[in-house]
Amino acid sequence: MEHHSSHHLSGSSVAEWIPMLLVVTLALGYVSALVKLKSKDLTWSAWHSISFGLGTGLLGIALHPQLMQWAHHDLRGHMVQHLLLGMFAPIFLVLGAPVTLALKTLPVKVARGVTAILRSKVFYLFSHPVVALLLNIGGMYILYLTPLYNVSLTQPWLHYIIHLHFLLAGYLFCWSMIGLEPVPQRPGLRVRIFVLFLNIALHAFLSKLMYAYLLPHNSPHPEEQIREAAKLMYYWGDLSELLLTIALFALWYQKRHRSKNQISSLSVS
Amino acid sequence: MNSQKENLNPSRSMQAGALVGIGIMAGVDEIIFHQILAWHHFYDGSTTEVALLTDGLLHAAELVAIVAGFFLLMDLRRSNALINIRAWAGFFLGLGGFQLFDGIVDHKVLRLHQVRYVDNLLPYDLGWNAVGLLLLLIGLFLLKKARQSDKNSVSVAA
Repeated sequence: MEHHSSHHLSGSSVAEWIPMLLVVTLALGYVSALVKLKSKDLTWSAWHSISFGLGTGLLGIALHPQLMQWAHHDLRGHMVQHLLLGMFAPIFLVLGAPVTLALKTLPVKVARGVTAILRSKVFYLFSHPVVALLLNIGGMYILYLTPLYNVSLTQPWLHYIIHLHFLLAGYLFCWSMIGLEPVPQRPGLRVRIFVLFLNIALHAFLSKLMYAYLLPHNSPHPEEQIREAAKLMYYWGDLSELLLTIALFALWYQKRHRSKNQISSLSVS
Repeated sequence: MNSQKENLNPSRSMQAGALVGIGIMAGVDEIIFHQILAWHHFYDGSTTEVALLTDGLLHAAELVAIVAGFFLLMDLRRSNALINIRAWAGFFLGLGGFQLFDGIVDHKVLRLHQVRYVDNLLPYDLGWNAVGLLLLLIGLFLLKKARQSDKNSVSVAA
């Protein structure tokens, strides 16, 4: 992550490092919040910090210029990048609980603003599992089933927007699945499990469609490469969904214990 | 002692075990037969879109089942509600049930894929379903034993 100071960089390659710089900024923001937290003597689980560190590390790999170049001409590279940006990194970033950390460390006025947003109806709607599912998996169906993918190969700005969409939609989806951060109301566990089930099924279905019908259509990639990419999407996508499912249930398990203890301590007193 | 007994939850113990069993059997199929032996693949060139979608739904269900089952078992154990023999009965019923379901519905009704692509498929199909039946019978046997031990403990208490 820190090699960007090395060597003489030409104009174009400086631009290539911009996504990496954003990732480093994100990591530094989290670290500075941790420092602030310590000065306030507030506790923070090390697991959150480790998880967020892992998440930014995965983002760093996904946005490394070499991987970006590979991803630009090879569908397998594109798929690796998609898996990292949209599926693996978001899980770890969400488990880092950045919103909770921000609420604890931001100035009171700003924190109130954030809380107001979290309480708003618009936010509830946007972060609803069904909406997040449509944005996340719907975006993928549009990308691979329409000519959008081929257009993105010739339009660099579109390429960046698609990456950003992968990351944001993936993050929103994981955020709505893993009930970690404090919001006033959240759809119930059954809704979330059902949406997760749909997401896994639709992801597996899309990757098999890509394998069987060599999607995206009319792309410059050879047949074998598309098949390899579809397999990467199927098997590695599966692993990320498994991790997400474990995270969802692990949090349920933890919360259930807490609420049970609260009930028993209430009944004792 | 008495309050601990009241806590026990036979039906949920069995359900959680069954969830794990279904998930594990599906996982074994994917890892051993798809990946290691490569007898059949995740797409065999003749399946339709509907079959692929059904396959995806099944796959999603098994993945959620295995994780949900494990966490339910952990939760039952934490609240002293787990009955081991019931969970094992559920586990074997889940294993056998899925194996038979896969062997009959997936392979024969939906024709998603066959066990192995050879001229004489019959021994493979018979073997596949016989294993399923055997696992199912183990589950039923354990369930019978669990019921017997319940009866015994009731008669002792009376």
